[in-house]
Amino acid sequence: MTDETSQLLSDTAEKLFSDHVTKNCIIDAEKGTWPDELWSEVIANGFNLILVPEELDGVGGNWMNAGILFKALGRYQAPIPLAENIVASYILSLAGISQPTDSILTILNGAFVAENDLLSGSSPRTPFASYSTHGVVLYKDGSDLKVGLIEIDKNNLKDNSNIALENRGHIELDKVSFIENSKVDCDSNLVKKLGALMRSNQMAGALESILTQSVRYANERIQFGRPIGKFQAIQQDLAVLSTHVAASSVAADYACSSMDKGNPDFAIAVAKSRIDDAVSVGAGIAHQVHGAIGFTYEHGLHFATRRLWAWRAEYGSGSEWSKVLGEKAISNGADKFWPSITQGDLDI
Amino acid sequence: MNIPFNFRLTDFPVEAETLRLEVREFLSSALVDVPKETRAETWYGADEGFSRKVGERGWIGLSWPTEYGGSGRSAMERYVVLEEMLTAGAPVGAHWIADRQSGPLIIRYGTPEQQEKILPGILKGETYFCIGMSEPDSGSDLAALRTKAEKKGDKYIVNGTKLWTSGAQRCQYMIALFRTSKEEDRHGGFSQFIVDLSLPGVTIRPIIDLAGRHHFNEVVFEDVEVPETMLVGKEGDGWNQVTAELALERSGPERYLSSYALLQELIKEFSERNDYEGVTEIGRQMAHLTTLRQMSVSVAGMLNDGENPALEASVVKDLGAVFEQDLPNIAHRLMDLEPDNQGNDFQKYLAILTQISPSFSLRGGTREILRGIIARGLGLR
Ligand SMILES: Cc1cc2nc3c(=O)[nH]c(=O)nc-3n(C[C@H](O)[C@H](O)[C@H](O)COP(=O)(O)OP(=O)(O)OC[C@H]3O[C@@H](n4cnc5c(N)ncnc54)[C@H](O)[C@@H]3O)c2cc1C
Repeated sequence: MTDETSQLLSDTAEKLFSDHVTKNCIIDAEKGTWPDELWSEVIANGFNLILVPEELDGVGGNWMNAGILFKALGRYQAPIPLAENIVASYILSLAGISQPTDSILTILNGAFVAENDLLSGSSPRTPFASYSTHGVVLYKDGSDLKVGLIEIDKNNLKDNSNIALENRGHIELDKVSFIENSKVDCDSNLVKKLGALMRSNQMAGALESILTQSVRYANERIQFGRPIGKFQAIQQDLAVLSTHVAASSVAADYACSSMDKGNPDFAIAVAKSRIDDAVSVGAGIAHQVHGAIGFTYEHGLHFATRRLWAWRAEYGSGSEWSKVLGEKAISNGADKFWPSITQGDLDI
Repeated sequence: MNIPFNFRLTDFPVEAETLRLEVREFLSSALVDVPKETRAETWYGADEGFSRKVGERGWIGLSWPTEYGGSGRSAMERYVVLEEMLTAGAPVGAHWIADRQSGPLIIRYGTPEQQEKILPGILKGETYFCIGMSEPDSGSDLAALRTKAEKKGDKYIVNGTKLWTSGAQRCQYMIALFRTSKEEDRHGGFSQFIVDLSLPGVTIRPIIDLAGRHHFNEVVFEDVEVPETMLVGKEGDGWNQVTAELALERSGPERYLSSYALLQELIKEFSERNDYEGVTEIGRQMAHLTTLRQMSVSVAGMLNDGENPALEASVVKDLGAVFEQDLPNIAHRLMDLEPDNQGNDFQKYLAILTQISPSFSLRGGTREILRGIIARGLGLR
C-alpha cells in the first residue's frame, strides 16, 4: 500500500469508528450485546482481511496498515474482535486457508496435542470466544507445525471476561476435528508474538485517547476561577503523559515496521515492555486529572483505562517481554549490546 | 484536540550504515588509550587530540554544505557518527558544541568574513566554542539577562558576567547573547556575537562542580571591545536566532545517551557473574533505550527534511533525561557495589554518573521548562 492508501485507510477507520462506536455501543457490549451494525460495517470495508494476500481474496496490506487499524480500535475502544480477526485471518493465510464466509474468528492460545488430526487441549482466555464462529490454532503435530481451523462449539466453552468486560472464553477441546488444517512454516511462538504486537498497538491508541480526553477535560473543568489546565502542576503532569503517549506510538510503529521487514522479535518485545510502563504512568495521570468524575462508570474514561490495564497483562506482561530482552542482552554480552540495538536484532 | 506531534519512523540510508562501520573501525583503535573515567563522561569528556583526529576524517561539519568546507552529507549520516561516538564513550566534548550549534549558526546567520575566518578551524577539530547564555540572574528565564553590549564607533563595549559556561577554559570563542538595547518587548533588544575569549577584559574563572571537576566557568566581561564585524546576524534579532540554536542544542542523541556507558557496564557485570537477577530490569531499560532511539532518529529525519521538530525534540529530551537519570539508581539497586573512583570499571562509571546525573535535567533547558513547552504544544498554555 502507498502512503495515500494508508491515509485513506486511516480516514475510513476514523470515520467508521467515530460514527459507530458510541458510548452506548460500548456499554451495551459490556452487558453482552453484540454490536452488529459496527461489525457489519467493519466487514463491509474488508478491515478484517487487511493482511490477507489478494490471491486469497484479501486486501494485501502490510503490518503498518494493520497497525493503523489496531491503534484506531484502541483509540475508540471499539468493542469488537477486529484485531483478533486480522491476526487470525493472517495466520490462516500463512497456511493457504481461506476464511469461511460470514465467520467471526478467534485465536486459540494454550497447550494442544493433535492425534489423527483430532485436536485436544485448552485455550483459557480466548478473546471474544462467545461471539466467534471459528477458532484458529497453531499447533505441533509430531515434528510439524500446523495451522488448523475449527468450529467453536458452545458446549466446550465457558464464558468469562477481562476487567474491561471484553469476552474471554475458556475453551476445552477433546478430540475435535478440523474444518481444515495445513502445515505451515513459521515461528512456533507466533500467536503470542502477534498477540503482543496487536495489544501494543491497541494500547498506543488507547493511550492517545486518554491524553486527548484529559487535555480536553483540563481545559473545561473550572476550579479556583480558572480551567485546571492553567495550573502548572496539571500542565506538567499532562506533558509527562504526552511523552509516554509519543513513546508508545513509536514503539508500536517500530514493531509493525519490523514485522514488515521480517525481523520482529526484538521490536515486539520492546513494544510490549515499553508500553506497559507507559500504561502505569499514563492511566494514573489521566485519572488524577479527571478527579472524581473519571472514577464513575458514567464518565467514559475507564473504557480506555480498563482496557489498558487488561491489555498490558495479555500475551505476556511487560516484565515477561523485558525478561526475554534482558536474557538475550546478557548472554550476547556487553560488546554486542549496542550493535543489537542498531540492527534491531537480538540474534547477532 | 489533536495530538500535536508526529514521530514517523525513519530508516537510515545505506550510506549511513556503511559509515557506521567506518566509525566503529576508527573508534576501535582511537579509543584504546582513553581512560574509563573520561569515557564515562561521553560528551562531557574532552580530548583535543581526539577532536583533531575526528576532524581529519571529515566527521566534524559532516552535514554542512560543501561550499562551507563541510562534507555535504545527510543529517542521518551525521546522526550515526554522533550515536556511535557517544555509545563508545569517545571524548567528543572539545568540538561538540562548535559542530552542533555554533558552526551551523555561523553558516546560517554569519557574514562571509566570519565564515572564512572561523569555519575551517572548527572543521579541523581545532577551534572550539562555548555557549554564553546563562547569567547569575538569568537561568531558565533567559530574557532576564543583563550583560550589555553598547555600540561605540565600530565596536561594541561589553560588560557583565556569563555563568555555567561549559568548556570555556579550552575554547577560543563564545557565541554570546547580549543585550544591545532596551525594548518594550521582553524578547527584543538582544543580539548574538562571536566573542574571541583572548580579548583584553575577558576573565575566565573555573567553577568546580560537585564531583570535583572543572567543567564549567564564570566568564566576566569588563569593557571588552568586540569589533562590530563579530555581530552574528542582525542587531536585535538575537532572540529568534537563539531559539533556532536551542532547537539544535536539544535535538541530538546526547540527550538520552549520557548514562549509556553504565548500562553497558552493568551488562558486562551480569555476564561475568552469570547472575540473572535483575535481568528483567535490564530488558526494561533496553526497551526504553530502543524506543528513545527511534524517537530521536525520527527527530533527525524531520531535521533532514527541513522541518522544525522543536516540540518533538523537547519530548525526547525530557524522556531522555528521565532515562539517563534513572540508570545510576537502577544500577545501584541491582548491584551490591559501592560507587568508587578507584574501584572496577563498573564502580568508576557508577561513581561518575551518579554524581553528574542531576545535571541531565538542567543543562540545555530544565525538565520543568521543557514540560512547559510541551504543555503549550498540547494547547494548555
Ligand atoms: C552541567 C551544566 C552545564 C551548563 N552549561 C551551560 C553553558 O555552557 N552555557 C550556558 O549558557 N548555560 C549552561 N548551563 C546552565 C543551564 O542552562 C541552566 O542551569 C538552566 O537554564 C537552568 O537555570 P538555573 O540553573 O539558573 O536554574 P533556575 O532557572 O533558577 O531554575 C531552578 C529550578 O526552578 C525551576 N523553574 C524555573 N523557572 C520555572 C518556571 N517558570 N516554572 C517552573 N519551574 C521553574 C527550574 O526548572 C529548576 O527546577 C549549564 C548547566 C549545567 C548544570
